Amino acid sequence: MADKHVDEISGVETTGHEWDGIRELNNPMPRWWVYTFYATIVWAIGYMVVYPAVPLLTDATKGVIGYSSRGELSVELSDAKAAQAGNLEKIAASSLDQIIADPQLHQFAVAAGASAFKVNCAQCHGSGAAGSAGFPNLNDDDWLWGGKPEEIYQTVAHGIRYTGDDDTRVSEMPSFTEILKPEEIKQTAAYVVSLTGTPSDAAMVEPGKALFEANCASCHGADAKGNREFGAPDLADALWLNGSSEQAIIAQMKAPKHGVMPAWLPRLGDTTVKQLAVFVHSLGGGE
Amino acid sequence: MSILDKHALLERNATLLLVGSLLVVSIGGIVEIAPLFYLENTIEKVEGMRPYSPLELAGRDIYIREGCYVCHSQMIRPFRDEVERYGHYSLAAESMYDHPFQWGSKRTGPDLARVGDRYSNEWHVQHLIEPRSVVPESVMPSYAFLKATPLDVRNVAGQLKANRAVGVPYSDEMVENATADIKAQADPNADTSGVEARYPKAKLGDFDGDPQRLTEMDALVAYLQMLGTLVDFSTYDDTTGYR
Repeated sequence: MADKHVDEISGVETTGHEWDGIRELNNPMPRWWVYTFYATIVWAIGYMVVYPAVPLLTDATKGVIGYSSRGELSVELSDAKAAQAGNLEKIAASSLDQIIADPQLHQFAVAAGASAFKVNCAQCHGSGAAGSAGFPNLNDDDWLWGGKPEEIYQTVAHGIRYTGDDDTRVSEMPSFTEILKPEEIKQTAAYVVSLTGTPSDAAMVEPGKALFEANCASCHGADAKGNREFGAPDLADALWLNGSSEQAIIAQMKAPKHGVMPAWLPRLGDTTVKQLAVFVHSLGGGE
Repeated sequence: MSILDKHALLERNATLLLVGSLLVVSIGGIVEIAPLFYLENTIEKVEGMRPYSPLELAGRDIYIREGCYVCHSQMIRPFRDEVERYGHYSLAAESMYDHPFQWGSKRTGPDLARVGDRYSNEWHVQHLIEPRSVVPESVMPSYAFLKATPLDVRNVAGQLKANRAVGVPYSDEMVENATADIKAQADPNADTSGVEARYPKAKLGDFDGDPQRLTEMDALVAYLQMLGTLVDFSTYDDTTGYR
């Protein structure tokens, strides 16, 4: 800056830039700003030392406190587990009946099961466990595969018609399109409807009954009360999975829907599955 | 003061200023980005990762076409709330065959990084057709048309080749069998030994509830059902992957 020039009016030195006679005052920057800027530089150096920062040949510096977000997570998870350790260990060691018999443990298992339910089960069974068409309501006492704690555990742990699990619950309703004539399917459906409601044509009920006994009773029972061994639904109650209309029953006979539930034991582990079983058992329909 | 005096030279020469700016910016870029290409712990060493099967890849294309990533992320961050809700945090290795990756930055819907195997095919189909029939609180649009749209299988091998060009290790055998594999994976009556050998852990069978047709629904559900299921976490050592 060869030509130092001091502005006459303010007495401040100028930068030496000049545009058509206009000059720029060289006022210093605010001190607080400058010192804050220096402080950030100092902070950055400290940060580089304390936290992982500088990339080297094979990995980055670890920092003196050895922080990593994944490491922090594993500490948090083990802390959370430790906080519940007493209860979790008791649940792991107890049978389902023992858990249900112990009020304190039962309360813990129901609460933990409820949160696991919201995360993993609500998508199909609904956030209130009321289910929807094709996905069973868990609040009622109508069970496809059994409502005892061990039976619920078995269903949650190994799933239903789940290909990745050898202990999964399996059954298959055949399609009756090739077994019965269309008229006979209608008659059978009319009989099934007559058990709980009014069929469209009362004259079809009598032949339908005979057809039911010959074709359906082996799984659903002569009294149509179902059979939990095969997951065969009770057809004599008012609770329906895939619709109660004659049309829905005909559709099910022609092209049966087979619900699939994944096995949760590999994903959630024994303790959580136990808690889920206790929670579902506590919803109202548990046996 | 001598070097600072040259300042005027930079300010008065646009080309010099441009070159100087590029130099400064590229230093920042090199320091931040370049190490990721050679640091050994950028991509974790895991077992089980494989390229997408042709059907999964087609489903992934539909996922991108329909903009699923706008509302769904595929990145479980290493926080307790996320890990407890979605499962093990996502690894870099799990998206190494993704071009482009689907990490996303917005969750109107839940994270999908580990949605695979969580629900049944029937649930996915029903949920894509009418989301509120199974999740009343959902704001997701209906994608019912996917079930009515036949999957375009005219250029499956080309898709695999394009991915191979950007580094996905598709073998010649995979490219040759691409069209056969895409049909076999969704056909419950097909011989799937080839698909299983080339793409271990691939989900097989009819996905959309209609075994007669290969639809876009088949592809999308096949893709969703494998998300996050490949890595074998029993052989993965958490502590060495720390970063």
